[in-house]
Amino acid sequence: MSVTGHDMRTPLQRVRGLGSARSGTRHFWRQRLTAVAGIPLTVAFIFVVLALMGRNHAAAVQILGSPIVAVVMLLFVLNMTYHMWLGMQVIVEDYVHNEFRKVALLMANSFFCIVVGIACAYALLKLSFGV
Amino acid sequence: MLTMMMSIAHRITGAALYFAMLLLAWWLMATASGPNAYATVQWFMGSVIGRFVLFLCTWALLHHLLGGIRHLIWDLGYGFEPNEREWLARATLIGSIGLTLILWIVGYMVVGAS
Repeated sequence: MSVTGHDMRTPLQRVRGLGSARSGTRHFWRQRLTAVAGIPLTVAFIFVVLALMGRNHAAAVQILGSPIVAVVMLLFVLNMTYHMWLGMQVIVEDYVHNEFRKVALLMANSFFCIVVGIACAYALLKLSFGV
Repeated sequence: MLTMMMSIAHRITGAALYFAMLLLAWWLMATASGPNAYATVQWFMGSVIGRFVLFLCTWALLHHLLGGIRHLIWDLGYGFEPNEREWLARATLIGSIGLTLILWIVGYMVVGAS
């Protein structure tokens, strides 16, 4: 998509469909939203980790299975994986300029965050419901 | 200089935590799987390499957390004066290292007590 040399299209026509326009604010806002939510959730997560330290399997399962801990941990992993997704998207967009590689990495980023988020969430739910 | 390094450190710690989330996923999946898988993951986390990685993860998490708060302060329009920026950068670095050490001391006390 060269914009140099002889291009008969208008400036508006050249930028249309390239994306980024209008979706930037939403991305910015969600990054901040998950960042703010991440502050108390991370503090809570640290306390949960401290509570889990040195425990055997039965005790760890019992702690993670208690409703408050489970909900806090679920919120933590889902909030953080979403925050990760947004953050890595910015890193890829900033440093990767080859179009094919950029799209491939953005896809990989989405897959990674969804897989990690679902894996954590599923494990936490299984620990709560004990199936 | 310090403020510049702090900016890139925020990205690097963010990217590191991105992959560190795999450790949490592994730990949770193992715990949900049963005592044998739990024993394996606990063995790794307790090994020298495991502890070293977790120590770095702790610092990265706290550094990114404090750096994030610094960014939120900027988003609100405060802290742009040169001396303020310098102070914030220093507080982020000293705070993250200090809190990491405190958490690990507390962690060892918790394990030692139980």
